[in-house]
Amino acid sequence: MTTAGIKLRKLSRSESKGLLWGLFFISPWLLGFLGFTLYPLIASGYYSLTRYDLIREPVFLGFKNYINLFTNDPHFWNVMYNTLFYVGFSVPLGIGAAFLIATLLNSKIVGRSFFRGIIYIPSIVPAVCSAMVWLFLLNIQYGAINAIITSLGFQAIPFLSNPTLAKPSLVVVSMWTQGAAVVIFLAALQDVPRSLYEAATVDGANAWQKFRNVTIPMTTPVILFNLIMGFIGAFQEFTVPWLLTQGGPMNSTEFFAIHLYRNAFIYLRMGKASALAWIMFSIIVVFTLILFRTSARWVYYGGEE
Amino acid sequence: MSTKTLTATTDVITFRKQSPFKRAGSELLKYSALFFITFIFAFPLFWMVTSALKSDPQIYTLPPIWIPIPAHFYNFMDGWTRLDFTTMAINSVFRYTIPVVLGTVLSSTFVAYGFAKVKWPGRDAVFFICMLTMMLPWQVTMVPLFITFKNLGWINSYRPLVVPSFFGSAYFIFLLRQFFKSIPEELSDAARIDGASELGILIRIILPLARPALAVVALFTFIWSWNNYLGPLIYINQDHLFPLALGIQRLNRIATSMGTSGNAYPHLMAVSTIIALPIIIAFFLAQRTFIEGISLTGIKG
Repeated sequence: MTTAGIKLRKLSRSESKGLLWGLFFISPWLLGFLGFTLYPLIASGYYSLTRYDLIREPVFLGFKNYINLFTNDPHFWNVMYNTLFYVGFSVPLGIGAAFLIATLLNSKIVGRSFFRGIIYIPSIVPAVCSAMVWLFLLNIQYGAINAIITSLGFQAIPFLSNPTLAKPSLVVVSMWTQGAAVVIFLAALQDVPRSLYEAATVDGANAWQKFRNVTIPMTTPVILFNLIMGFIGAFQEFTVPWLLTQGGPMNSTEFFAIHLYRNAFIYLRMGKASALAWIMFSIIVVFTLILFRTSARWVYYGGEE
Repeated sequence: MSTKTLTATTDVITFRKQSPFKRAGSELLKYSALFFITFIFAFPLFWMVTSALKSDPQIYTLPPIWIPIPAHFYNFMDGWTRLDFTTMAINSVFRYTIPVVLGTVLSSTFVAYGFAKVKWPGRDAVFFICMLTMMLPWQVTMVPLFITFKNLGWINSYRPLVVPSFFGSAYFIFLLRQFFKSIPEELSDAARIDGASELGILIRIILPLARPALAVVALFTFIWSWNNYLGPLIYINQDHLFPLALGIQRLNRIATSMGTSGNAYPHLMAVSTIIALPIIIAFFLAQRTFIEGISLTGIKG
């Protein structure tokens, strides 16, 4: 209170009037930040140091949850492997495919917005609905994909019930919802100045050289953006894997977010779940920082020194 | 597939130098690649709709039936009444989607104005914190928020999902702030000289100009809440409160246990179609808003 008073006195009248209006306008966010972000953030840090089942009071354990997870947990490293597998394949493949599709859409074609619409729609359709369709399509007994495979004389493929195939199947399903990335890439490609291509043509560059030396450098900021958003999203992916495989078969699709949900709301291990959440948060922060750091070497911000 | 795509596009850039024959070839390659990709993206949803129109033997027939004749339109009615989907639709629309859209649009507009158009000391630092909150995975705040809402007695109500939306969403605050900043300062200054208050400027000058941006916010919020599965899964476990997203999963369990009997799968596909339809219709009605919204801010749908 007093410090605010001192600060206010130092401000000119118009400045303090601005401050009051400013705080007035942002007050919903400020209250929400304190109540729905800052408090839960601190509380989850505390819970991660306890054993808490919602019924009895939290028991303080120190770092035992973390130590147990890293050294003495039968599932943790498997969950980590599953998640890294999923993220490591779905993000680069999804972004690479999105970029190529966007390049194709950016060439001289008739009906661009039709194609773009069809590719974009799967990414906004309710995940529950698309999960139902994929469950049905990939079903081993009466799924359409296996119907085609068996009618060609091959064995039916247990896409979701085989521990080796379940993760790749989920990667394929995730690539189907890359439409938003396609739209973002397409917008970026359309922003590349035509004069650059003309200059490259004058210099005798062929199509591949133009793609390599004009298109890609000019879109690197958007590639970085999509990489970061894709990574954060894939790391937290819950709904579609949960509905398709519920972590199975044999825990092969037990991803981080699923494992966390299971611990919190099925086993009611709030302390362990909070520790998992903080580990996830740390991984995301570290990875994002690494990407930003290395981005100075490969991201080109046009015109900036 | 990918290399094919690449050659197709790059060839086209240089088509002027090529013979007409080669040019026609590359055009053919380009459009075949496009149709192939479009087919892959469209097929699952196409299959959802045609399966919704089949009856039990048709749906498993080999080779697969592409377009069922006769079409069994009554699957939509039968699937819909198999569980109380009417109540769930009312829950989804009136208890969840509409309040969340209202709350998000109102609060985010208000906050964005404070960050974009009012000058005050410390504004940029506070805005930076607001942007940082976007990095925070929802899992970190999930457990304490659940405990808080449980202590408030809010489990099995839509309050945990609706109330936070009235406190602004960082994504949309960012989006609206960018938009407000593009509105010339002279307009607000002129109004200030005429004695308008900041609130008056927001309501009379900024809001009428910001309608396209508000449409983007409303549209994306509608989609997020309509599609949200995890939030209701955590907070709602009484059947009569279910939103559609939870109901469809219940129907899936019935289908899994019934397998090839009782038209369970056609019904599941029919109800999935009905639930996806508002989103698809919204897309076709507001395609421009969608595309501009995503490409401007990079927000994913």
